[in-house]
Amino acid sequence: MDTAALEARFAARIDADERIEPKDWMPDAYRRALIRQMSQHAHSEIVGMLPEGNWITRAPTLKRKAILMAKVQDEGGHGAYLYGATETLGVTRAALIDELLAGSAKYSSIFNYPTPTWADVGAIGWLVDGAAIMNQIPLCRCSYGPYARAMVRICKEESFHQRQGYDIMLSLARGTLAQRRMAQGALDRWWWPALMMFGPPDAESKHSAQSMRWKVKRFTNDELRERFIEFTVPQAEFLGLEIPRGTIDWSEFHEVLNGNGPCNRERLTARRHAHEQGRWVREAALAYAEKQRSRQREAV
Amino acid sequence: MTTTRDWPLYEVFIRARGGLDHKHVGSIHAVDARMALEHARDVYTRRQEGISIWVVKSSEIVASDPTEADAFFEPARDKIYRHPTFYDIPDEVKTL
Repeated sequence: MDTAALEARFAARIDADERIEPKDWMPDAYRRALIRQMSQHAHSEIVGMLPEGNWITRAPTLKRKAILMAKVQDEGGHGAYLYGATETLGVTRAALIDELLAGSAKYSSIFNYPTPTWADVGAIGWLVDGAAIMNQIPLCRCSYGPYARAMVRICKEESFHQRQGYDIMLSLARGTLAQRRMAQGALDRWWWPALMMFGPPDAESKHSAQSMRWKVKRFTNDELRERFIEFTVPQAEFLGLEIPRGTIDWSEFHEVLNGNGPCNRERLTARRHAHEQGRWVREAALAYAEKQRSRQREAV
Repeated sequence: MTTTRDWPLYEVFIRARGGLDHKHVGSIHAVDARMALEHARDVYTRRQEGISIWVVKSSEIVASDPTEADAFFEPARDKIYRHPTFYDIPDEVKTL
């Protein structure tokens, strides 16, 4: 079959809401767009462990500490599912991680903001994971099978993340004046960055139209952002907190995306450090497995 | 930047409960089968999603070719008499 015929059949399958699987023929542009989006998503999960990991040793109670460790471990798991799903497109995880560490791959700019107080951990669960759920639920129906299936698993776990975050905010909101102020401060810091997580306005989003045609994306950035606001405002009211007034500062979004956010350098440095410090573990595990194999061969 | 080569890839299959089939859930990198089982446990069953795990090296999986699917599955296509609904049985006949 020639390329035009293959492309026509691919388009017909997308129109019929069929799922595309790893060994199926797909246009190069579709493959490249998925590799870009899925690897950025995987990187975001891994870098996303850092802002919250910052508070594991300082969680206010043993219960909160155990919960936070479980949540951060989930984020690592989500990264693993997504790297695995991306590898079905013919790239290796090692190459993707190299791109992240070299600074040439992008990840969600939300993780370039600092977590100065315990309330930030609550606000991240409530708002950042809340926005992530809003983005991710439609991805459970995206046209690429392995991505859709990974998202189903991830979405099941995200609900715990959002609720534990709101639970932290509830405790603070019902606490002392200082605790209520801490909660309000975290909401003030995370509100705008959380809204930016949905990406630039529809008119300026360069990948949106194509991505919608391929049914990778099902709703526009602005539609999802509006829905998130609709859900979140009453939740803030219940906490007795005030949603900041104003409009999104898109110049801030572009600055952070271009590497000039408050923690961009710190996050990448931490990832590189972790990768380097873990090198001997990876090498030792390989050497041990090879030794076991050679012993088995000798014994036969 | 130097890269430690990726550990081999394994496909992971999980039996959710007694009586069910093992079902493919994703993949995992590991140095050997034992580590693949342990990592699959940590990544895919953090919430008691399974009672049994199979792992198999991805390179060992033999798959049918999707571009040949039409021809490959053709033998079953014209054998509708294999389905019970092919046969018209009078309403008077019960429990058949």
